[in-house]
Parts: sequence; structure tokens; C-alpha cells
Amino acid sequence: MGFAEFTKTAVRNLFSKPATKNYPKVKKEFFENARGHVIFDETDCIYCSLCARKCPADAIKVDRNAKTWSIVRAGCVQCSNCVDACPKKCLSMGPEYTPVMTEKGCETYARVPDNTEDN
Amino acid sequence: MSRRSIVPFGPQHPVLPEPIHLDLVLEDERVVEAIPSIGFVHRGLEKLVEKREYTEYVYVAERICGICSFQHGSGYCQAVEAIMNVEIPPRAEFLRTIWAELSRMHSHLLWLGLLADAFGFESLFMQCWRLRERVLDIFEMTTGGRVIFSVCKVGGVRRDISSDDMKRIITVLDTIVADLKDFERVFFDNNTVKSRLCGVGVLSKEKILELGAVGPVARGSGIKLDMRKLGYAAYDKIPQVEPIIETAGDCYARCLVRLRELYQSVEIIKAAASTMPEGEISVKVTGNPNGEFFSRVEQPRGEASYYVRGNGTKFLERFRVRTPTFANLGALLATLPGCDLADVPMLVLTIDPCISCTER
Repeated sequence: MGFAEFTKTAVRNLFSKPATKNYPKVKKEFFENARGHVIFDETDCIYCSLCARKCPADAIKVDRNAKTWSIVRAGCVQCSNCVDACPKKCLSMGPEYTPVMTEKGCETYARVPDNTEDN
Repeated sequence: MSRRSIVPFGPQHPVLPEPIHLDLVLEDERVVEAIPSIGFVHRGLEKLVEKREYTEYVYVAERICGICSFQHGSGYCQAVEAIMNVEIPPRAEFLRTIWAELSRMHSHLLWLGLLADAFGFESLFMQCWRLRERVLDIFEMTTGGRVIFSVCKVGGVRRDISSDDMKRIITVLDTIVADLKDFERVFFDNNTVKSRLCGVGVLSKEKILELGAVGPVARGSGIKLDMRKLGYAAYDKIPQVEPIIETAGDCYARCLVRLRELYQSVEIIKAAASTMPEGEISVKVTGNPNGEFFSRVEQPRGEASYYVRGNGTKFLERFRVRTPTFANLGALLATLPGCDLADVPMLVLTIDPCISCTER
């Protein structure tokens, strides 16, 4: 039976640096491999919609005809299953979390029309 | 006879972030009956198995619970792999063991913190969670997620741990052990802490067997019940897996079991890291599951069992989880009648309830 077991820890705490970061002055550094958000690179996308089919949260929608790729950021669960499924490797994971948002909207990426084809 | 009154406890209660509701029937300060009601966070995840392909359902399965998420994912994968006769590479088995033990560490540290918070020791609570933060950083470094890892898949794991990272993990674990040793005596030896825990909520061995309690609750009453002894993942290749038991059966014994399991987990991770073979981390899985299997894993809170039935299509027919908290609720209700109202938070906490798990 004792009564002063915590003294050592308490005294050390008095003279040690805080365990928390002084956010937002000091930003959190993410680990390189952290799964924060999905990054879409449209240059190679063939709009096969495999990512949309593999998404367990139904957060991704692909329109083959309109050539659009859209994601509901608030619905995405960051499992990176779409990244593994993509045959053209145009999806990747970024380490930063999705920024705060005021609306749970859908983010749509449309293919920029290629001028040479039109002419 | 004194007048009876009913005090509602939960679903939102300062001591317990989990949504369980108990109607405590009191006579003066003494509880005479506890009427539970659950169902506040039912999400229908078991039914969802019919709408998601079996390979994608892993990510749903591990979202059953935020604390033992890895074991939910690996338990589900084990069942599907057994149906499909898939043998996962040895390295994947070791990686699953390491992540499972790290999960146990973070869960137990979280629980010790919550317990300290419940008996009013705020700074001890902070210390425990400070240590837990280091485990979470290991998770973020190795799996990419802090709480939900998404590293398990049918046929193995999705990410490897390099030998450099493994060394870094061992170093961090050593610092955790050193720091934990500094204040573990507060749990072990402090008068105030002991007065809140010793002799409170005593469950005898016979009572536990009758109620079917699992995990640290059963081990705190002297029952050698640990599903890791089944030898799933790489547990059969690690000699340190021996159930830790205490015989007193009170809140203090359950606390000691969890504290000692923290050290055991570190030993297991070190043993796994030193014997982990090189090689592939996953195998390609083709075809669809056809058949049924019942897999069991040891979560931080006890034994969880998973029933999976496939019908030859990519959608499973049935998925059923029996979580440890569900098994331990009976033990909780058995300890409540006769206790003081002030001890109710202790009793509820020492079964380490995870209601989100229980309601799926």
C-alpha cells in the first residue's frame, strides 16, 4: 500500500515539454504512407468505373459518356481500395486529411475538352 | 423498507462514451436491479454483406468497431479464407499478429485511461492516453490509418513493415514500457485506487462459467480462456502466448490482467518481429466463397466469433458477429445488484464495454 506513486511522474511533467503540439502554429507532420484523401489524375483515366464499383462506401461516381469522375469527400472512408483497383494507376492517396468543409458536396472532375480532336 | 427510485445511467454519461442505457433501481444508495437497454447505434452492418462484394466487405467489417477494428477485419478474412481454402503467406500471418497485438496495446491503454478518468484521476488518464498516442503513431506509419487500418484483405495483408520500421517500432515499444513502469504502481499499489477497485464487483469462477463471460473478465476470475491459444495467424509459432490470469475476480483483478497483458503484447511483438520470415505478403484469390465457416479471434475485450456463409456468388449470404461485450453484458448485470451507486461506473468500465461492436 502506498500513497505517493504518482509523484515522480507528476514532478517530471512539471519540467518536461508539453506532449501536445502548438497547433496551428506547429503543423502536424503526416507520415509518408498515411491515407488521408484520394487524388485523381485525369490524364490517363479511361473512365472504366472500376473504382466506383470497388468503393465500399459508394463515394465515387464515374460517367463514361460525359467523361466525368466525381467523389463525395465526406463519404469516402479512405480505404484506398479504388487506388488498388485502378488499372491505369491514375488514383493515389495523399497523406493530408480532407480539409474541413461547409457542405457535403460532390467534387466532380470533368475532362478538359481536347481541342485537336474537335478541329 | 426504504423507498425505491430509478436513476437512468446513459446512453450519454460522462464516465462512459459508449451508448448503453441502464435503468438503475435504487434503494437509498444501493442498486437492487439494473435494467439494460441497447440498440442506440445499430447500423445494420450484417445485412450490408448482401450488398457488398466479399472482398470489399473487409472494409465494412473493420468498421464494426473503432478500437478492435483490426481484429474484426482479420477475423472476417480468416473465415473467408477458410471457406475458399486459401493459405496466406507466413509473413502475412506474422504481420497480422503484430498489428493485432498493437491493437490490444492501444485498446488496453485507452481502457486504463478511461478507468483512471472514472475514478477521478485525471492526470493518470492523460498519461495513459499519452502512451497510447505513440501506438497510434506506429499505426499511422505502418498502415496509413490511425484507428481504421484497412490493411487486411482476403488472401493476406496489403502493406508490409520494413525491417527499419520494425526496429523503430521496437524502440518505441521500449519507451512505452519504460514510461508505463513509472506509473503502473499507481494502479498496482495506490491506496485510493485500491479502495475503488479491490473487492468491488466480485465474480467467482463458477459464476463466470455460468454467465459465459470472456476475455479479461474471465481471466480476472482465474479462467484460462484465450483464443490466441487456438493458434490462428502466427500465434502458434510464438511461445509467449500464455493466458494471463488473476484469481480475485474483482475490478482490481481485471485491471491487473489488462496491465500485465500490455507487457505480454510487447513480448509477443518482439518475438514475432525476430522470427518473421521474408517473402510475399498476399496471395491472389480467385473464385467466390461457397460454404460456411465459424472463425474465432481474441480481441482486446475477449473472444469474438464470426460466422460467414457464402453461396458461390461474390456476395455472401450471411455474416454474423458475436462480440465479446455481448458475452460480458451478462456478467455486468450479475455484478450490479447489491452494489453502491458510486461503484456502478467502475463495474460498467471493468468489462470494457464496446457497445458499437455489440450492436453492429
